[in-house]
Amino acid sequence: MSDRAHAVIVGVVRCRVAPALLATAVVAAVSLAVPGRVTATPEQSPATHDPSPPPASAATVSLAVGSKKFTESVILGEIVTQLIRSTGVEATHRDQLGGTRVLWNSLVGGEIDVYPEYTGTLRHEILGLGSAGDDDAVAARLAAAGVSMTAPLGFNNTYALGMTESKARELGVETITDLQRHPRLRFGFTSEFMDRADGWPGLRRRYSLPQPSVRGLDHDLAYRGLASDGLDVIDLYSTDAEIRYHRLRVLADDLRYFPDYHAVVLYRSDLATRAPAAVAAISRLEGLIGEQRMIALNAAAKLERQPEVAVAASFLAERLGIHTTAEVETRRQRIARRTLEHLGLVALSLAAAIVVAIPLGIVAARRARIGQLVLGLVGIVQTIPSLALLVFMIPLLGIGAPPALAALFLYSLLPIVRNTYTGLHDIRPELLESADAMGLPRRARLRIVELPLATRSILAGIKTSAVINIGTATLGALIGAGGYGQPILTGIRLDDIGLILEGAVPAALLALAAQGLFDLGERLVVPRGLRLAASE
Amino acid sequence: MLELKGVAKAYGSQRVLGPLSLEIAAAGTTVLIGPSGCGKSTLLRLVLGLVTPSDGEVVFEGRPLALTELPATRRKMGYVIQDGGLFPHLSARDNATLMARHLDWAPARTEARLAELCELTHFPDDGLDRYPLQLSGGQRQRVSLIRALMLDPDLLLLDEPLSALDPMIRSGLQKDLRAVFTALDKTVVLVTHDLAEAAYFADHLVLMQQGRIVQQGTLEELEHSPASEFVTDYLDAQRGALRPSPAS
Repeated sequence: MSDRAHAVIVGVVRCRVAPALLATAVVAAVSLAVPGRVTATPEQSPATHDPSPPPASAATVSLAVGSKKFTESVILGEIVTQLIRSTGVEATHRDQLGGTRVLWNSLVGGEIDVYPEYTGTLRHEILGLGSAGDDDAVAARLAAAGVSMTAPLGFNNTYALGMTESKARELGVETITDLQRHPRLRFGFTSEFMDRADGWPGLRRRYSLPQPSVRGLDHDLAYRGLASDGLDVIDLYSTDAEIRYHRLRVLADDLRYFPDYHAVVLYRSDLATRAPAAVAAISRLEGLIGEQRMIALNAAAKLERQPEVAVAASFLAERLGIHTTAEVETRRQRIARRTLEHLGLVALSLAAAIVVAIPLGIVAARRARIGQLVLGLVGIVQTIPSLALLVFMIPLLGIGAPPALAALFLYSLLPIVRNTYTGLHDIRPELLESADAMGLPRRARLRIVELPLATRSILAGIKTSAVINIGTATLGALIGAGGYGQPILTGIRLDDIGLILEGAVPAALLALAAQGLFDLGERLVVPRGLRLAASE
Repeated sequence: MLELKGVAKAYGSQRVLGPLSLEIAAAGTTVLIGPSGCGKSTLLRLVLGLVTPSDGEVVFEGRPLALTELPATRRKMGYVIQDGGLFPHLSARDNATLMARHLDWAPARTEARLAELCELTHFPDDGLDRYPLQLSGGQRQRVSLIRALMLDPDLLLLDEPLSALDPMIRSGLQKDLRAVFTALDKTVVLVTHDLAEAAYFADHLVLMQQGRIVQQGTLEELEHSPASEFVTDYLDAQRGALRPSPAS
């Protein structure tokens, strides 16, 4: 439950092989371009942990805490992060990384060290144990993956179905079984709930639900669907802050379909030696957060719009007497940081794409057969949905900026390759013959005649790439790359238009600025003799 | 100077030229003439190595054209085509001096040569910094001629150099062109479809038809002892154009 990763993420991770081949070609280059990346080395496979890691003092260890892209997970992640920091161990919170698969793979791969999870998700979605597997089986599988788990934190955030109180009363629906009598009700479920083994498919079978109208959508949008009467029944999480706010009725799971989803914290087993203090601190959370408490924390963040950092800090102060110096950035600092992140993503990936795509375009124009192959390949890359491409990169490059850079790099190729190819291809043949007849060698012809004649076209390709890149980079936030996508994600999650605009407006401005910059650049780069052609 | 020995060109089974043999002596102007599609432009392009013969060989200054030496050999030839083939992104000056710069000539030497050729072709100095699009058709052809002569080639090849120009400009440029040929004493091969123009320039005429040479010699020889009926027909068809030409 509670995993609101896009269905796309879940879907595509399962079939990552073919694009991985494609991507491998560029991984090396991109890795080189990103110094200091924390890598999950192949030796660190989950089953073969180094039995004796070098004893590290608390000061040198830096832990990464992950969280999924929904408020409760972010709050829990923030609590864990601040708790670890309070022991003197450095910790960073990589919030809103995406869905279960992304988090679990990152944990096993060593990209992150800790993240909050739910027992039901762990059992069904991650380990695929079904209801047959007992606790021992879970423990054995976790141990094999080099992962440890805390005792439950104290609340059970299970899936539930909900309707507005008024509609439920009108139709007399109290239990999920009651839904059988109303086949025309419109269901709206999170994409992940639609797909998971323990989600909608099983629920429909258990209760023999007849409703034909079922659509998948983002959880945060589902509440709005209910409120605007576009939907009748949605999936809920029993600790959602909105249940009370929207006056929803939670339908009783009378056939006891939904398993337990007790919140726990998963961490890499090697933390016991790498940062024992952190493990001890995390265990203080066991049994500490009851259902009502969690609903209150969720409400503080979602309904009262307090930053998760502050919500977590006041929880720790109140319950554990731990006072952390939770720094809340000002809006200006936030925007500045995200601008830097976004510019970094765009500039690096675009620069790499230019360096690779122009030679590719030249080769394509020179050799017809290779040209068709090259254009075909970069064309195929372009057809991969951007979210999917980002997720393909995770197994290869982990989370954060590197996979985003690689995906953006791949997306930026096509317009530049194609425009370089077209620019060279469209040069009048008699000009090329004139150059040859003068006795100009091929290489000099390319440099002195062909490339200058193609500059306008090449530049237009780079401009297109830059604008696409700036827009696509907002999706990088889904895999922890930061940038303007971060506030957009958070804004959708919190239903906060202001936050969404805080990401969307700068992104749009940046795209406009890039366009203007290239128009200006055209005057500097495109030879004057060619610009005359346009004006006459 | 230049010799074509049994040269033929075919694309697949489609023969477009030859086999033909032709010898061009040093100095003097040879004009290739014939109806369009007779292979006269292809012949020029064979000489430049822009087209490789399917059969036979082209011998330039005593040596067969070799693929590896093409750039060096081509620098001993100047080539002017119908619309000049000037690079639109370069000024007239840069077009003309492109090869000199590529070969690292001293700037003073390049400038001197350029000034000399401008004077010879009557190209105004202030036009040098213009781009091809800012020049008239006639001036573009002058720049193209300067570019072709820049490296002082032994052989000058012109493919319909005046055909795209309107009649007034054309006749002016014809005079200048002939003056240049005379002044420089180069070996010139010129292609045209216009008999009047051919007669104006030619020391030696080569009449072609369907990829073959029908007859060569002076205009008088062609008129008085035609090798075939085609020669007479061709001359008759063009005769109207012969009279008002500057040659008459």
